[in-house]
Amino acid sequence: MLKKMSNLPFNGTKEQEEKLLAVIAENKHDKSRLMAVMQEAQGIYGYLPLEVQKMIADGMEVSLEKVYGVATFYAQFSLAPQGQYHISVCLGTACYVKGAGLLYDKLQQLLGIGGDECTPDRKFSLTACRCIGACGLAPVLTVNEEVYGRLSENDVEGILAKCE
Amino acid sequence: MDMINVKVNGIAVSVPKGATILEAARAAGVEIPTLCYMKEKNEIGACRICVVEATGARGLVTACVYPCTDGMEIKTNTPKVRAARKTTLELILSTHNKNCLSCSRSTNCELQKLCYEYGVDSTAFGGFKPIYKLDTSTPHLVRDNNKCILCRRCVAACEEQFVSVIGANNRGIDTCIGQAYNLALGDTPCISCGQCTAVCPTGALVEKDDTDKVWAALADTSKHVIVQTAPSIRATLGECFDMPIGTNVEGKMVAALRRLGFEKVFDTNTAADFTIVEEATELLDRVKNGGALPLITSCSPGWVKFCEYYYPEMLPHLSSCKSPQQMGGALIKTYYAEKMGWDAKDVFVVSIMPCTAKKFEVGRDDMSAAGDGIADVDVALTTRELARMIQRAGIKFTALPDEDFDPALGVDTGAAVIFGATGGVMEAALRTANDVLTGKDNKEIDFKEVRGTAGIKEAEYNIAGINVRVAVASGTANAKILMDKIKSGEANYTFVEIMGCPGGCVNGGGQPIQPQYVRDTVDLKAERAKALYAQDEAMAVRKSHQNPIVKEVYENYFKGEYGCHAAHHALHTSYVAREKYAK
Repeated sequence: MLKKMSNLPFNGTKEQEEKLLAVIAENKHDKSRLMAVMQEAQGIYGYLPLEVQKMIADGMEVSLEKVYGVATFYAQFSLAPQGQYHISVCLGTACYVKGAGLLYDKLQQLLGIGGDECTPDRKFSLTACRCIGACGLAPVLTVNEEVYGRLSENDVEGILAKCE
Repeated sequence: MDMINVKVNGIAVSVPKGATILEAARAAGVEIPTLCYMKEKNEIGACRICVVEATGARGLVTACVYPCTDGMEIKTNTPKVRAARKTTLELILSTHNKNCLSCSRSTNCELQKLCYEYGVDSTAFGGFKPIYKLDTSTPHLVRDNNKCILCRRCVAACEEQFVSVIGANNRGIDTCIGQAYNLALGDTPCISCGQCTAVCPTGALVEKDDTDKVWAALADTSKHVIVQTAPSIRATLGECFDMPIGTNVEGKMVAALRRLGFEKVFDTNTAADFTIVEEATELLDRVKNGGALPLITSCSPGWVKFCEYYYPEMLPHLSSCKSPQQMGGALIKTYYAEKMGWDAKDVFVVSIMPCTAKKFEVGRDDMSAAGDGIADVDVALTTRELARMIQRAGIKFTALPDEDFDPALGVDTGAAVIFGATGGVMEAALRTANDVLTGKDNKEIDFKEVRGTAGIKEAEYNIAGINVRVAVASGTANAKILMDKIKSGEANYTFVEIMGCPGGCVNGGGQPIQPQYVRDTVDLKAERAKALYAQDEAMAVRKSHQNPIVKEVYENYFKGEYGCHAAHHALHTSYVAREKYAK
């Protein structure tokens, strides 16, 4: 699946940049450490925007295209930021049969964003995932680490209201 | 060396331990088809066309990367192998734009050739077929992912140049060759070298075809349409007409250009002689007056663009001399137009170049000797485009007589001929500098240390008591090595020649396409360069400053010495630092 790129402006802090530069300094002797650096960068920023990929490319002395190629190959790397509340709707078979698709649609409608996107205030981000192993609770979604199960469309607004 | 014995289709052959099946097969004289493989450059086993049966292996294995073991029996032509290759081709075709009739690579396409040989059904597999937009954002090439087979040879070529602006993005069915953040190629620090177009097996990467502009000019009776040809074209054009690699076709090339309708056929070699006298003068001036050293050549627009993007701090070292192409255009639109009583606006200059970056160079700023925004050169065509024009005009190239260039700007020297090979500009400059500094007409003029296809060459000469340390690099990855040495102070050169393409212009991105099998087994750079050095050897005048046209232009047109104000105005240019990924 093609990864969505975010149009939200980059708002990295000086502190984050210092952290990333330290990671690069530790690893730049070995170009094969590129993926490890990218993982750490995603840990620091939550995602890998263009500005961060440029820093990694310059620091590791590899081309920007190389960094981008790796970022778009591995599912774990994200090009869109995560919100304060990251909502993940399980679209595994059991959840889907029990109506998870409707939950996903409803969330997109309420938040005004598509899948793999983040609201402009960076409060919510939304993604779909595959089976999280809680089929007995289908349909399931998670908000950050918290699991909500046996849901219907009507529960969605209430869940969002709890996120303050 | 430890050797092992294997059999390929029953033919016994002894190969070094660690050799791949493909290497063993080539040693046994058995051809195995490949698409993604480039010897020592792209050994990734991705395309699966080279599959074979081998004892001790489970299922079919990819010959290009699978190592031989002692006693291995390899079969390259069994029903199972043929069926697998055919299926692979049919799967490739399922996402391929099959408009072969209008593809510029038709009959010269490695995929098309294999499809013919394996008798494929081009409609065997349907299903999802991605549609990509053409990337026409650069002046030099068109990238068409609809014809891409994901072999990644272009990626390897770009990496070899230390540019790497293209690569594989996304995964699975979405995988495509592209630029970071899906930027247009024109918005990346691509140096326009065109090495990717020379290695693409299909029509996914082709030079931007400018032949229609030339046909239109040739049909316009109000224009004086003049053509000039770069030093290396005579050594390569014959390949487009099935002549052996390294055949010098200068005479036939001139005859063909005349038959195409060009009013005058000039030699960029003449301009190359001007480049040498101006550059040697610049060098001596910098040595005497403490200018930025080393002086670095600026004939290769791919290298110049590389320097502007990747080493902007080295720009003061670049010679301000225009390249021979631009000097040729400048001389035609100033000196020659005046001599003929023509208005420069009515002169249309076409140059035949080994190079895709020349298409970028003609549009650079500060390239207008005639003023009024009149470009020195109107259109730069690659060797391949010229071959297409000759074919379209119905000219039987191999049957043409040999003809001479028009003399006004078509007299050259041995020094200029060797510009087309790595080390040639350096040697030409040394011949002139040696004569100027010693005040003699020296007979010993071969500077053999700077010849040959090595990526980096270094030498030291004592000329009239002056110690001249020189270095020659071809391919921008080698240029990078030299630049880093110069910047760190590790090397202390006086004069450096750099050509953007590995091996210099004979291996330029606009040169005739040779299938990868040939590129793997023949040293194209060396074979093509031989034709140039042989011509140099046979010439009476082998030093640029002895070119009679050079003497005539400085005496009667520039009315001054080398490097005088008028010459500087017409023949020099400037550079700009470029930011990578500025957008």
